[in-house]
Amino acid sequence: MTTQPTWLHAAVLGAFCTGFGAVLALTDALTADPIAARALEDKQNSLAQVIPPGLHDNNPAMDVITLPGEHGKPLTVYRATKGGKVTGVAYEILGSGYAGEMRLMMGVDTEGRVLGVRATQHKETPGLGDKINPAKSDWITRFSGLSLDTPPRDKWKVKKDGGQFDQFSGATITPRGVVGAVRGGLEFFASHKAQMVEVR
Amino acid sequence: MAAEYRTAQYRTIVRDGLWDNNGVLAQMLGMCPTMAMTTSATNGLGMGLATAVVMAASNLLVATFRGYITQEVRIPVYILIVAAMVTLVDLTMNAWMHELYKVLGLFIPLIVSNCLPLGRLEVFAAKEPVLPSLMDGLFMGIGFTLALTAIGGVREVIGSGTLFADASLLLGPAFKFMEMKVSPFDSGVLVMILPPGGFLATGLLVAGKRILDLRAGKAIATGPAGHCV
Repeated sequence: MTTQPTWLHAAVLGAFCTGFGAVLALTDALTADPIAARALEDKQNSLAQVIPPGLHDNNPAMDVITLPGEHGKPLTVYRATKGGKVTGVAYEILGSGYAGEMRLMMGVDTEGRVLGVRATQHKETPGLGDKINPAKSDWITRFSGLSLDTPPRDKWKVKKDGGQFDQFSGATITPRGVVGAVRGGLEFFASHKAQMVEVR
Repeated sequence: MAAEYRTAQYRTIVRDGLWDNNGVLAQMLGMCPTMAMTTSATNGLGMGLATAVVMAASNLLVATFRGYITQEVRIPVYILIVAAMVTLVDLTMNAWMHELYKVLGLFIPLIVSNCLPLGRLEVFAAKEPVLPSLMDGLFMGIGFTLALTAIGGVREVIGSGTLFADASLLLGPAFKFMEMKVSPFDSGVLVMILPPGGFLATGLLVAGKRILDLRAGKAIATGPAGHCV
């Protein structure tokens, strides 16, 4: 077998890279718009779970303001408006679970009452911590209607810590993280209410 | 290579892929996605199907271009082809099969880390004609799907007490009938859906396959040395 020159290998590899690069670039160009549309639909669906549809006549996924959140990270706030007045807001809160960070979306009305909470991303143990999923348990829906005064602030804990929220059998860290995150979310609302409900 | 491929050879390709030389149960390749994604039968099925598509497509491409791929750069070219196929599947599914993508999306990038597609390119598609290579990729992929679904099924039945839960999310509402609850309890032996369960279930099935092969008087096929998972 004769030895092939190095430039030939370079040319072969280069040709394949160029060819498949072009194919991928084309696919990306074709799919960019549909993917963006799907992402927006997903956002709307997750917002619809924490803001009742009767509360707004706008599209909260499109009515977005950005506030400086905790640790200086910008926080995106989605606003529900009806007749030009803000009726509720939704934003992402973070809780620390048993298996790392949990991302939750919560909706709050203008009086500071919880409209709804949903976990959007978490890695909690299947069968134990994943009871925060509404398909598995109604636990997460029990936040609706609560505010920083109901229950009193020192009861915003799981029962094991002297609060009023149930933990799951075999899992305390997950509900503790969620309760803490929701309380933190309500405190964030209390301190930023003016900016959130201000009409632009 | 002989120009004509006979039916008997195609039969061997099919039998190798599905059972004799099964990617997971005999070659012991693709252990990373096998362990990680088989927490339920549905997850195993989804991961397997996505892998089968990528394997068939990349085997086809490598067999088509095998005359131009020089020996020294073949491995980078194979990886390039597998990665390109995975990205292609990922983008297209996200855009036009979004419901399915929400279930499978997490698994798809993992296909790149699967050595089974790469192994088939090197062992089969680099040397054989286009059609047999396509068949090999397809049936190795289906065999991989069957193994993952079986492992996922074992883990799910013991670990969660269900079988094919959420199959309708993956396959469409018509497959709601597949979703079964096999245990009266709400939860099962949790360890089976946690990472150790992956090893336990895979080990049990590999042992089971060897017992069956021994009974049938077949020589036990062992995979290539596991330098790659």
